Amino acid sequence: MTGKKLNMITQRAVEEGIAMEIGKTSREYFDACNIIEMNELDMKELGIMKNTNVRVTSESGQVIVKAVVARQTVYPGLCHIRQGVWANQVVPPRTQSTGAPQYSGFPVTVEPAPNEKLKTALQLVQGAVGLWKGE
Amino acid sequence: MPKVIENVGCPYCGCSCDDVRVTVSDDGKKVLEVENVCAIGTEIFKHGSSDHRIRSPRLRQPDGSMKDITYDEAIEWVAQHLYKAKKPLMYGFGSTNCEGQAAAARVMETAGGMLDNCATICHGPSFLAIFDNGYPTCTLGEVKNRADVIVYWGSNPAHAHPRHMSRYSIFPRGFFTGKGQKKRTIIVIDPRYTDTANVADYHLQIKQGHDYELFDAFRMVVIGHGKDLPDEVAGIKKEKILEVAEIMANARFGTTFFGMGLTHSDGRNHNIDIAISLTRDLNKVAKWTIMAMRGHYNIAGPGVVWSWTFGFPYCLDLTKKDHAHMNPGETSSVDMAMRDEVDMFINIGTDAGAHFPIPAVKQLKKHPWVTIDPSINMASEISDLHIPVCICGVDVGGIVYRMDNVPIQFRKVIDNQGLLDDETLLNRIADRLDELNAQGA
Repeated sequence: MTGKKLNMITQRAVEEGIAMEIGKTSREYFDACNIIEMNELDMKELGIMKNTNVRVTSESGQVIVKAVVARQTVYPGLCHIRQGVWANQVVPPRTQSTGAPQYSGFPVTVEPAPNEKLKTALQLVQGAVGLWKGE
Repeated sequence: MPKVIENVGCPYCGCSCDDVRVTVSDDGKKVLEVENVCAIGTEIFKHGSSDHRIRSPRLRQPDGSMKDITYDEAIEWVAQHLYKAKKPLMYGFGSTNCEGQAAAARVMETAGGMLDNCATICHGPSFLAIFDNGYPTCTLGEVKNRADVIVYWGSNPAHAHPRHMSRYSIFPRGFFTGKGQKKRTIIVIDPRYTDTANVADYHLQIKQGHDYELFDAFRMVVIGHGKDLPDEVAGIKKEKILEVAEIMANARFGTTFFGMGLTHSDGRNHNIDIAISLTRDLNKVAKWTIMAMRGHYNIAGPGVVWSWTFGFPYCLDLTKKDHAHMNPGETSSVDMAMRDEVDMFINIGTDAGAHFPIPAVKQLKKHPWVTIDPSINMASEISDLHIPVCICGVDVGGIVYRMDNVPIQFRKVIDNQGLLDDETLLNRIADRLDELNAQGA
């Protein structure tokens, strides 16, 4: 397994906003939010092919997302998951005593996981609290 | 005949656009068309008149399924649980009108619980800095009519506030800014090359998490120590810093808009604190203002309403009822969740299920969880009770505060078709709590 420490930020995107208003259980939300935007150099170094799945692990959890090269580019060493259900699987809840969690600027390991499946928003959230009834 | 309603407010981002035109059907139940609204706002109006809207409260059954119940039953359930809870938390209000926020304050004061709004995970650190260092701000109208230099720092309005640039900052032609974008200088400071950076004159691609240093460098230049700068600060070359600082110092009227890039990164409130200090320094040589890019159309509302009710804008501890107390870190929602301090959670007009870090969601879910929200979302799908309500700006009107703290009257455009609004629902819960308290006394 190859992995590399990257610096993660999670912020808003207009696609996420539109999809959120359509509904968080919609296909649009699934497509808008379960991606990690990376720099091409990092992807090359980690052996990650464009549009394949990766495992992102932080101090507080892990999530499978799809790696893409974004139009809104990041520099090497930085990566971005749009705010929402997938991002919050790895966002550390520490707040520096302000109430605001560490949504931006926390270390993650990214490694190729092309055979892993993406989970839906409901599967992740209901699964975390023991309510998921599906597969 | 379909009816056209003018000057409707849009219930999405902090721009709180109030120039929307909505065409509604004959019977006043459907939105047929919306104009002057961004892609996200369009979806809200579409969703508002969708056939898929939940119109009845739903209570989770022992087998995990949800069963429709009446509003009366839902109100009784919430009141009984609030009465029993030692430290209930009501959190949300990103999408609630001020009338609803005032009623929520009444509920939590009666229940003796915690009251918090989305600012706690958003611009809460900005509040802390503003308490310490002041807030030399202005209205968006002043930006439109006067500003010739605009800084977006850690903020991406092209995505998060889609009409901000066209309505207020970069493009509009105002009273003293008749040439619009041609005579404005736009500076974007962001570690990503965002779509906002794409329309800027200057993009400083700062090293993520190093905003404080760059603010400090700008302050050095403004107070006359520019030559002592190191060759590079936070990934930005000295020459670039000097060039941009020169533009800032020569502004006729400048505004810094800052966003989550500052409040979510290391430093939190200290990043805002020094941004305000830079604004103060710049005011010795030019005219400068600063403004938080508030995320929701009325997230400034709870700050205003609760400040005049209790003296504090967020993270309110009302467990001693009329003796309010606020101390983020201690009384903030995520911190309390992580320490498992609350024994009931009411999620209103937001989605903690999707937007809290998942460890906090797991902790809160150990206790009764109520979601008051028009939509199906992650919070509603894990809650014990989901109470649907009207959408402010669609099927109920009300006062909202725009990101610059200007109050705007939102309109109702379609019939509520039996749905309760937040204010009525919360006041009925408070009435019932009063009865329970009287019986218990």
